[in-house]
Amino acid sequence: MKLNGGQMICQALLNEGVDTVFGIPGGAIMPLYQMLPQFPGLRHILVRHEQGAAMAADGYGRVTGKVGVCFATSGPGATNLVTGLAGAMMDSVPMVAITGQVAREAIGTDAFQEADVTGVTLPVIKHNFLVMTAEELPRVMKEAFYLARTGRPGPVLVDVPKDVFVEEAEFDYPETVELPGYPPKMEGDPDAIRRAADLIAQAKRPVIFAGHGIIIADAYKELQEFAEKGQFPVTTTLLGIGSFKSDHVLNIGLPGMHGSAYANHMINDSDLLIALGMRFDDRVTSKVSLFAPNAKVIHVDIDPAELGKNVPPTVPIVGDVKHVLRQLIPLVEKADRREWLSHIDELQRNHPLWFEKDDVLRPQDVIQEISDSTDGKAIIATGVGQHQMWAAQLYKFKEYNSFITSGGLGAMGFETPSAMGAQVGLPDRTVWTIAGDGGFQMTLMELATMVENHIPVKIALINNNSLGMVRQWQDIFYNHDYVATLYSGNPDFVKLAEAYGLRGIKVTRKDEIGPAIKQAMEWNGPVLVDFQVEQTENVYPFIPPGTGVDNIVEDPRLVQKRVK
Amino acid sequence: MTQKNGKMQQHTVVALVYDRPGVLNRVVSMVRRRAFNIGSLAVGHSETPGLSRMTFVVEGDDKILEQVTKQLRKLVDVVRVSDLKGVNAVYRELSLVRVSANATTRSEIIQIVDIFRANIVDVGHDSLIIEVTGDEEKLESLVTLLNPFGVLEIMRSGRLAMVRGIQGDSGANGNPSDAEGTLTDGTQWARQDGDEAKATPLLPPG
Repeated sequence: MKLNGGQMICQALLNEGVDTVFGIPGGAIMPLYQMLPQFPGLRHILVRHEQGAAMAADGYGRVTGKVGVCFATSGPGATNLVTGLAGAMMDSVPMVAITGQVAREAIGTDAFQEADVTGVTLPVIKHNFLVMTAEELPRVMKEAFYLARTGRPGPVLVDVPKDVFVEEAEFDYPETVELPGYPPKMEGDPDAIRRAADLIAQAKRPVIFAGHGIIIADAYKELQEFAEKGQFPVTTTLLGIGSFKSDHVLNIGLPGMHGSAYANHMINDSDLLIALGMRFDDRVTSKVSLFAPNAKVIHVDIDPAELGKNVPPTVPIVGDVKHVLRQLIPLVEKADRREWLSHIDELQRNHPLWFEKDDVLRPQDVIQEISDSTDGKAIIATGVGQHQMWAAQLYKFKEYNSFITSGGLGAMGFETPSAMGAQVGLPDRTVWTIAGDGGFQMTLMELATMVENHIPVKIALINNNSLGMVRQWQDIFYNHDYVATLYSGNPDFVKLAEAYGLRGIKVTRKDEIGPAIKQAMEWNGPVLVDFQVEQTENVYPFIPPGTGVDNIVEDPRLVQKRVK
Repeated sequence: MTQKNGKMQQHTVVALVYDRPGVLNRVVSMVRRRAFNIGSLAVGHSETPGLSRMTFVVEGDDKILEQVTKQLRKLVDVVRVSDLKGVNAVYRELSLVRVSANATTRSEIIQIVDIFRANIVDVGHDSLIIEVTGDEEKLESLVTLLNPFGVLEIMRSGRLAMVRGIQGDSGANGNPSDAEGTLTDGTQWARQDGDEAKATPLLPPG
């Protein structure tokens, strides 16, 4: 069957099970767009900025586990994708981006809307292709999807010159790929598994670190079985939130810079870290030499380069965490860890996750109320900063894989488009965006996309009229010198929401939180609730970078209470 | 070959890569992005059409060497990576040296060239081009001896390496570690060896 390049891409998308594409057309990618009506199985969602397309594809990819797809035109269209692609790479999200490129003979001439997109994106994505003939397209599309979703998932970009979209060639979609340089290894090395089991048998104070790998590998049941059998307390990294039920007695919650003090003390006291599909980010370890100083480390990851990159493992295991856990579970003895678990209970009593509960409208109140009102069953998408950390600390997730956040890259503006993508991917779930007023204004143009496509995301704007996390660092490290962090000209967000066709609700008092959330949930469409919260609230606890758990800063108000 | 060169250790890594546009860019971009130091890099066709071979000289400790090989393996266009540490191998580099030469110095230079089993490949009125092959030490010794005559220009190919057919006692396991063999046990640096990871204080908030 002969197809043109544009038709080939559409057909390949259908063959790969794609039903939704986020994007914006432009000159170079028009020949692909004009083919879309011939493929009614593909729903195209027209966003307002290409960054939104990439981030929506990211949110879609995270919640569905399918490959998120976005389209952009050459030059500025493609360069606008870059932040979204880099974020998907850092957080191992399966994504395929198709970009138009100037026509073949114009490449390299600084043509109108030309940018070296394969060059620009190369260091921030898993792989990319510049397709110079339509003949190659079926193989390239097959490889792109295979690379995006297998091994450690990530974004793959396919750059297609305008005239390749119209060139005709035989469409024979390959069944398999030939990539000898790309061998994802699923099973753990049996010898390493045995050594890991030996370490576990000797450990007195083991801790599981559950990361995003559990979610990607769909290893929830294996993790729970493993943790319960060995009675291991589980700490979930920022992206590992939703890999283990929040209300499980063994779930100790978030570790790291803004993790609870008790989780960090537990890690510090541990003699064995069992790291599953996580990469010891600096936000988890703080200063590596002070991190879990007495612990041996079993590190399981599908990406060999993560083993030994940051924290040297005692037993490194390369493999898919689901397979490795299945290998490991039979070798683990049922253990009695009452002593260790009661020590952790004591840590929890002595170092609780605490915030001030008075009459002031505080950001933590809002998140706790959203958690209660949704019974912990919503999908929560966040931006980056204080609100993100409070959401990670306080929302009680009862469903797996429901926290969508820009972890590795830390890209503000992620909240709105990623929530939109998640809602499109799972239309039956309730999706809340917990946004900061800084990041929200970086991608708020996607409100139009939500309204246009009937995407009923609920937006909780944690509005402190500032870049709160940076302001917090100014409090701590720069003697309250608020350089360029306070907004004096924020818009009226309720009017803004209404102008876009959303429902807008303003909340200025604590007792209005509950009713506002209820109204938002009852409204059959997207809603923005502008929570005008206390500006000076800071995120605690806090481990200053470059230090260790001994330097953990707990909320001064809590410390004062303790003294009294 | 691991030699002490000042404080910095050197390692040789050989990668088999697809001969496709942009492959060199991918490799070099990864090296730069992760702040690895490469002493030299030589690229050329391999025995298999469509595949090229790259020889890297990597500067750094064992941890760096391990990361370089692992990060190289992650690149989709890199088919196979061999780290020649502990392996008996032949190392060669080719160098062209233009040196000042007049009627009085020429014969003395020719003597030195003969001792080094190098070749004179071009003769001009006031200079010679010398072609020399060998390991880095030989190349550097020749240049040292030629310096008094006036070395005008040096071109070096970068190191090439090939594993020897017979592994003597210097060959630890007889085989260069490759993608299949060392995925699990490639992590060589042990926990609590005092290695300090990158400092964090300069990272941004958020």
